[in-house]
Amino acid sequence: MAVAERPMVVVDDLHVVYRVYGSNADKGTAATALLRLIKRQRRPSIREVHAIRGMSFVAYRGDAVGVIGRNGSGKSTLLRAIAGLLPAEQGAVYTDGHGALLGVNAALLEDLTGERNVVLGCLAMGMTTQETRDAKPRIVEFSGVGDFVNLPMKAYSTGMGARLRFAIASAKSHDILLVDEALATGDAEFQRKSHARIDELRAQAGTVFLVAHNLAEIAETCNRIIWLEKGQIVKAGDDVPGILDEYLIASGGEPRFREAAATANYPSSSS
Amino acid sequence: MTKQGRVSAPGGLSGPVAGGDSASTVTAEPENTLLPDEPLRDLALRHGLKQTAVRPPLRGYAGELWQRRHFITGFATARNVAMYTEARLGQLWQVLTPLLNAGVYFFIFGLLLHANRGVPNYLSFLVTGVFVFNFTQRAFITSSQVIRDTLPLIRALYFPRACLPLGYVLIELQQLMLSFAVLFVIVLITGEPITWYWLLIIPALILQSLFNVGGGLILARWGASIDDVSQLLPFLVRTWMYVSGVLFSIQTLASLRPHPTITYLLQINPAAVYISLIRNTLLASQRQAMPGSKPYSKLICHLYYTHLNNKHFVYDSAYCHAVVSQTSLWMWGILWAVAAAVVGFLFFWRAEARYGRG
Repeated sequence: MAVAERPMVVVDDLHVVYRVYGSNADKGTAATALLRLIKRQRRPSIREVHAIRGMSFVAYRGDAVGVIGRNGSGKSTLLRAIAGLLPAEQGAVYTDGHGALLGVNAALLEDLTGERNVVLGCLAMGMTTQETRDAKPRIVEFSGVGDFVNLPMKAYSTGMGARLRFAIASAKSHDILLVDEALATGDAEFQRKSHARIDELRAQAGTVFLVAHNLAEIAETCNRIIWLEKGQIVKAGDDVPGILDEYLIASGGEPRFREAAATANYPSSSS
Repeated sequence: MTKQGRVSAPGGLSGPVAGGDSASTVTAEPENTLLPDEPLRDLALRHGLKQTAVRPPLRGYAGELWQRRHFITGFATARNVAMYTEARLGQLWQVLTPLLNAGVYFFIFGLLLHANRGVPNYLSFLVTGVFVFNFTQRAFITSSQVIRDTLPLIRALYFPRACLPLGYVLIELQQLMLSFAVLFVIVLITGEPITWYWLLIIPALILQSLFNVGGGLILARWGASIDDVSQLLPFLVRTWMYVSGVLFSIQTLASLRPHPTITYLLQINPAAVYISLIRNTLLASQRQAMPGSKPYSKLICHLYYTHLNNKHFVYDSAYCHAVVSQTSLWMWGILWAVAAAVVGFLFFWRAEARYGRG
């Protein structure tokens, strides 16, 4: 699929450092806090977490890149850095256009109705009023939330919220879609639909990043894969079933994807 | 793969986790076939890719903001409608809240503390002041929370973040329109005539809105990074209200013989400027009593200041020197509006790449 070979996301020796506020216990008294404020000092309890330690790769138009790794390996951090929400401590991320990041959080604007969220989401992404009007029925239809579209999003179940957000964020083609476990909460029907939509986006020269603990989902959807461990790349490449199997072995499981790929015909193994 | 070395750059990678299965495919060195041979920076720039998490150029930012104008209005309207959905009286609260406020202030300051000294038609004077100040107050306080309020949206989609404080100020402007409908009724009931001067309310409100946008942008940036701002702000704003002549006439302070600079500074503070401008356009009684509108008379002015409680002399402030003349008030109004809008926009834009982090 990725014949054009035009880069969409270039990650160049990226380092990301988080600053985390320590526990409440060592906040000190109000007086010391005031003194710090006057002296413009940092809170002593701030800890730095080096979440990504030197990562480089290129993703092209039409790529679906799966990101795997254990909890805390830096997957979500990487996606947020690509979306431009985290600064690079060193190195840089270059993108063509802006990414939409889909996390597991419940809503965009939770006190507004689903319909309002659709309209505002489209307008926020830079669509015109006319484009938004045209896209709205499609998005609502795709999300499959039905009559709930007229209720505030805080009334939605996790799965419904995820569906609607995916529908909104994926409405704009030619862009970067960053999916962080957002499909995991959907039902089987929605997962099938979202895979179809991801394929469609790739065909329209968009790029999709997919973080998932469900490896079968990655095997089905992605043509490239990045395996992270402790903020660094262990393996990255086109051999999706191969790398998935190695990851399975490394985490103590049985390899199964390469075999499956040999029999079934996943879109992934083509390079 | 000339770039392989860079992948494992700092402190080498100790191979994939344990595993140990001696599977032949697992190697100690990271393999990365997603790297081209040319330097990544060159590749990115050659294809016109832009670095993320850096702030956009100023002109481009302004353009993007203009392009999102429908988002701003849509955001404001939707928020406005949703704001009172859980209250039984619904939208009525938009009018009730400022009215109740005005009622409380009238009771305490007008009836108990006699802050109505030297002011003709105190009720209209007070309600106008409360409603106009409330616009700035609400715009500032809500703007300081806007980034935190909309974090999920900021973290999901890219759009110029200045849309959000702008939307919040627009919400307050829409609310002000409703309050003004009520205000017009009160003003008419208290015997003020409808005049052509009322049209001047429009430019005055445009200036005040600009000022609120500027201040809102500054507070939005502060509120995004420092939580303490939204805690402290209500106190600061309330103090601001007490010194801005919402509840009393700054002109009457002269009877206390303060240093002239103090009354001057109080009168040119932006809140006092916009409140005075709107009072002087809306209320004929205020124009009639406006200092400087009659030739200066030391005697009549002295009578005014010494008999502030006497209703017969209430219009005689017209014979005194104005603290700040009406023309100067308009100049100050323009100055504050432009200065706040420019500084606020630049200040907010400079941190554009940092909103939504943490």
